[in-house]
Amino acid sequence: MTDRLKMINSISRRNLLKGAAGAAGLAVGSGAITGFPYVHSAEPKILRYLGTAVNEGDEISKKCLEDTGIKIEYITATTDDVTKRVITQPNSFDVLDTEYFSLKKLVPSGNIFALDAKKIKEFDNITPVFTKGQLPNGKKIGNQGTAPWKVLYLEGSNSKTFSATPTEFVTLIPTVYNADTLGIRPDLIKRPIGSWAELLNPEFRSKAAILNIPSIGIMDAAMVVEATGQHQYADKGNMTKAEIDLTMKVMTEAKKAGQFRAFWKDFNESVNLMASGETVIQSMWSPAVTKVRSMGIACTFQPLKEGYRSWASGFCVSKAVSGPKLDWAYEFVNWYLSGWAGAYLNRQGYYSAVLSTAEANMTADEWGYWMEGKAAVGDIKAPDGTILEKAGAKRDGGSYDDRMGAVACWNAVMDENDYMVRKWNEFIAA
Amino acid sequence: MNSSPLDAISALAVQKKHGKPFSGVTEIGRPMVQDRKSLVAWVQAAPMMLIFALFFLLPLVFVTIVSAWDYNEYEMIPAFSLRGYTDTFEGCIADLPDLCTILKTYLKTLKLCLMTWSLTLLIGFTVAYFLAFHVRSKTWQIALTLLCTIPFWTSNVIRMIAWIPLLGRNGLVNKGLEGVGLIDQPLEWLLFSEFSVVLALVHLFTFFMVVPIFNSMIRIDKKLIEAAYDAGATGWQTLVNVIIPLAKPGIVIGSIFVITIVMGDFVTIGVMGGQQIASAGKIIEARLNALQFPAAAANAVILLGITILIISALTRIVDIRKEL
Repeated sequence: MTDRLKMINSISRRNLLKGAAGAAGLAVGSGAITGFPYVHSAEPKILRYLGTAVNEGDEISKKCLEDTGIKIEYITATTDDVTKRVITQPNSFDVLDTEYFSLKKLVPSGNIFALDAKKIKEFDNITPVFTKGQLPNGKKIGNQGTAPWKVLYLEGSNSKTFSATPTEFVTLIPTVYNADTLGIRPDLIKRPIGSWAELLNPEFRSKAAILNIPSIGIMDAAMVVEATGQHQYADKGNMTKAEIDLTMKVMTEAKKAGQFRAFWKDFNESVNLMASGETVIQSMWSPAVTKVRSMGIACTFQPLKEGYRSWASGFCVSKAVSGPKLDWAYEFVNWYLSGWAGAYLNRQGYYSAVLSTAEANMTADEWGYWMEGKAAVGDIKAPDGTILEKAGAKRDGGSYDDRMGAVACWNAVMDENDYMVRKWNEFIAA
Repeated sequence: MNSSPLDAISALAVQKKHGKPFSGVTEIGRPMVQDRKSLVAWVQAAPMMLIFALFFLLPLVFVTIVSAWDYNEYEMIPAFSLRGYTDTFEGCIADLPDLCTILKTYLKTLKLCLMTWSLTLLIGFTVAYFLAFHVRSKTWQIALTLLCTIPFWTSNVIRMIAWIPLLGRNGLVNKGLEGVGLIDQPLEWLLFSEFSVVLALVHLFTFFMVVPIFNSMIRIDKKLIEAAYDAGATGWQTLVNVIIPLAKPGIVIGSIFVITIVMGDFVTIGVMGGQQIASAGKIIEARLNALQFPAAAANAVILLGITILIISALTRIVDIRKEL
């Protein structure tokens, strides 16, 4: 016993010494001892970047540091936790990367700062999907749910009201978006899948899964309800109480019958469920499908006749950001839209906000495969160089226009959100 | 015969409590010494009390206050409202004889809790018994106790991903059973079921049973066991009449650990249950994620109340303070 005590003592003493030396080193490093005057320009340009893992690539931060000298420090959280953090700790981040549907909660809190469209170089080149709700060729896109163009502009710089017409005060500068659908295992299903109704088809009992985010899970269920002809929603992203009851009833029956294997919340969870064959049909994200495929397992991001459920995210800054930091934030956003990052995102299966600059940073073959729905001429590689698709392959769902043009609804927060969450708890307890 | 060792112990305890017959302090000097003693005791307890008050009691008070506030989509409104509570018990009378959400949820939570508690108790007691009475060397006792901490070395998500190859539809267990010819179809209930939840909880929390029970057992005077043996008790009689009664404080402390953790757990139940099994913690999580903090706080207060009820029932059975 005394031996042990001695050992503990000597260890803690050593730690103490180490700690003291470290503190001294820190003091030297920070210039506290050398007495040099504080030089503003030498201050490293650091931006704390809060977001989900969706577009937080190490490659992006590395390239950004190289090009602009701005160091990006990622703070990664789930979609819900990002929102919680903006509401409760607005000082803990500088740049916010979040989804448009969160804006209904974030903007009234006053914790985020609208960016000035005039300072964004490429703003006028941002795809009309965001600004007008239409494709570059003029085709209108489905506007159910919190479509980005409904919440893109504010009435004034400190306003908490969304403006229906374009203003210079932009809530989120668009960065990345996609059209989500069901991922399937064609090797295990062995027949064509063409409708959302298949998600609740008893044929796939205990082999189906949905996203464990109530507001999004219920929209996937609504796609099924419409596909089976049980009800036509005026707006799947903003249901009435009766519609919530109906949708939850359908979900509850499916759950009781054992339709769902699991609900997933995390990108990797969805990949594992699919790759291990636990599920054969589930709501999924495009890069997750790509990841399953890169493991050598057949997986299709299945286009369905009822269309896609889409989402979009963008940048804004914390209201606590001002002075040079705000300039860096504009510099960063401008860099982000200048093409390199856009090409990087496109190569993962997402879509970038400014198509023209991204195109300039991709090869013609890459652009043809990812954006135009053409068969790949050579092998298609992921940003890290691994081969995703062999020559001759075509993207699931086809071209940008085909996929974004078929969007049926957007991720949303409903007016009856409180009721919906209560119903979701009831559904889980059923 | 039945309670003789216990009688001896309690007699000892009584003597300790009441008798300081030869303290050597005169009657006159006593109050002063006692004053100083109690002052020292208060000072000694002060840091812990301060931490306790600051980081436990104060937040608890805040949670209770917030639970009676109103809220909207994005903020808490500091106006008195019991909406968090009334919403929670919605339908509890109207839906009779069907159970309402909150009752169903608590029944499920209690069921999982009971299963986990009985299994961890059984396994924990056995492991502690082995460590305390069969392993003679101190070094080995420490080494083996450390082995019990292995489940804490990885995160929950990693654990879930690790369970899929083992318990999944195409996992090791199913493939093995199919290979041996015991089953034709893979067993679906192995994963994302109450079975897998209880398995993971037991795997995680048995350690919290082992340590306090081991701690109680190691302090049992070996002479008592010898005495029982000499008096002709069988191994079973010694276990039931000597060891279990004397290990009771450890059992109760371990039970408190396991029950409080499982009652509030939502991560393990969520991950291993495929997010489809209701738990009291999950209701709170869903409310928090929707930024409905007062409703979440109300549910937290309800959970706290129920857990306190269970704990106080347990401490009724054994007076821990007396036994320690």
